[in-house]
Amino acid sequence: MKCSGPTKSIADADPSVAWVAERTAGGRKSDRRAVGWWSTDLVLLFAGPVVVLLVLGLLIRPARFWLVAPAVVIAVIGLGAVLALPRWWFRVHRWEVTDTAVYTRTGWFWQEWRVAPLSRIQTVDTRRGPVEQRFGLATVVVTTASARGAVTMPGLDHVHAEQVAEQLTEATQAIPGDAT
Amino acid sequence: MSSEWQRLDPRAVPVSVILMLGVAVAAGVPSAIGLSDISVAVALGWVLPGAVVVVVIGTVAEWLRLRFSRYRVGPDRVELHTGMFIKNRRSLQRSRIRTVDVTANPLLRIFGLVSVRIGTGEHADKGTVRLSPVSRATGDQLRRTLLDRPAAAATAEGTLAVLDRGWIRYAPLSFVAPLLGFSAVGGALQVADWFGLSGNLVEWTIDRLSGLGLIGGLAVLVAAALVLGAVGALGLWVEMWWNYRLDREAGGTLRVRRGLLTTRSISVEEDKAQHSTLLPPAPGPLAHQVAADVVREPVSPTEAVHLSPHPVAARGRRLRWALGGVLLAELPLLLLGLLLTDVLLHLAWITALIAVPVAAALAVDAYRSLGHGLHGDYLVARSGSVRRSTVALQRRGIIGWTVRQSLFQRRADLATIRATTAAGSGAYAIRDVATGTGLDAADAATPGLLTPFLDFDESR
Repeated sequence: MKCSGPTKSIADADPSVAWVAERTAGGRKSDRRAVGWWSTDLVLLFAGPVVVLLVLGLLIRPARFWLVAPAVVIAVIGLGAVLALPRWWFRVHRWEVTDTAVYTRTGWFWQEWRVAPLSRIQTVDTRRGPVEQRFGLATVVVTTASARGAVTMPGLDHVHAEQVAEQLTEATQAIPGDAT
Repeated sequence: MSSEWQRLDPRAVPVSVILMLGVAVAAGVPSAIGLSDISVAVALGWVLPGAVVVVVIGTVAEWLRLRFSRYRVGPDRVELHTGMFIKNRRSLQRSRIRTVDVTANPLLRIFGLVSVRIGTGEHADKGTVRLSPVSRATGDQLRRTLLDRPAAAATAEGTLAVLDRGWIRYAPLSFVAPLLGFSAVGGALQVADWFGLSGNLVEWTIDRLSGLGLIGGLAVLVAAALVLGAVGALGLWVEMWWNYRLDREAGGTLRVRRGLLTTRSISVEEDKAQHSTLLPPAPGPLAHQVAADVVREPVSPTEAVHLSPHPVAARGRRLRWALGGVLLAELPLLLLGLLLTDVLLHLAWITALIAVPVAAALAVDAYRSLGHGLHGDYLVARSGSVRRSTVALQRRGIIGWTVRQSLFQRRADLATIRATTAAGSGAYAIRDVATGTGLDAADAATPGLLTPFLDFDESR
């Protein structure tokens, strides 16, 4: 550890960088089939409480209204979510692997942009949930030594995901050090 | 240290017997008093067998835990096997171990035992091994062997800070004091309730204070709670920080020792230092000096750095949050006031009169704390209101970046930029910085890492 360099005020630096993540053009999208996967996941998520409430509503006659009414409300919200969110996510999610780092961008109201340098990657996994498998998709998860630094790339074509994971693993192994 | 399988200390069984007796007494006495309304015989008839069952089950469980736990400190790994039915095996690579904490509560101290927590700082739970209890000598040996790095440069051993009893004056100033005070009042009411006396207690208090009117009575109660809280905070401070000292030891570790009843020793590998509380609240200059000593710089980066302030838009956001918060808190009063009684409306405007300036002052203070800068090897970021915290992060410890921008932040061209790191809580934030300057700072802190993702605009 050395004490080098003068104190540098960042305000003095020229703010000449624009944020490329702001531009829709940068980065790659998830596979088109991801829309189907996310929709199915949402349908399953909302179907659970709706079905339970409806069944209880059929069985418990006196409370029928109070069980069926929330079921209808949840179903309407769920329908809206299923129609809108996956397409929305597909439009805004981006990922990119360069020679030096992995980067993702998610969200729009709360846009989040993560970057993990290849030299600091500890593990590269591909994850495939049951629904994801049906759609021939996989998710690549990249973890670093930080508890908060994981980068995920959901909804890639599963062959492509394997390739990306392999490429990342090779690139990380080429760099020495314990990634901390 | 031998690399054979070893067991935890069997004296844990008597410790557990005493602990369970304590639990039985604490739970049994109120229930017995409650049941004695019926008859003393019934009370004893229910409570005594219950107590015996609690003590026996607790002791047997502890004995089984000891029986099925074993650990081994090998040349490369520390392993711990636990569990009777579900085998739980945990193994830590020794080169990844960053912290060894040795704690002993009064009960363990009587038996000469300690509890050892070995941490790698990763994945909070999976990355730690807890050996509880082992003998004091074993704990000491573990602490020394596990963090001994032969490669560490010749380090100057010595004491970096010791407790100054004068620091106790900061104890009642913390947030702990009012919290303790009001929970003490709540606790007193709860205990009174067990004995069926809470009504009497409230009546008694109202009787005492009836001469003062509503406002006066409330003021007296609040003042009493605050005084109680301050006393509690002093007691807590003494228990936490008694005999405090911060040492640098051979092999490149920092060691904090503290505690009156429960003694704690926290050893941290210096080279990959973790986020740890190394110092009780102490005067500013001294805190900076200790920080400088710990990182071996002549002046602490937290002090030497020139922090650039953040855009005024950040102040606007804080003011809006503060006022929004006040409004949200007043809303129930307003609604109920409109529906029920004017008294609540008066209460609402009186509290608003106090809360609005306080909230605004806090917001402005929070804005003034905001700042970031680079100093040598460190990226420094500051934030917080009332409780200001300054983080100095070693630039080579930064292992990634997260940039977050809400819709409102985007409109104001602000962003919250987090440096992720293996240490501490995993990420440290530069809040509400101008997007351009913040990204410039991040780029300067880790040259090259962000460059592919930044678009250098030539026209400006």
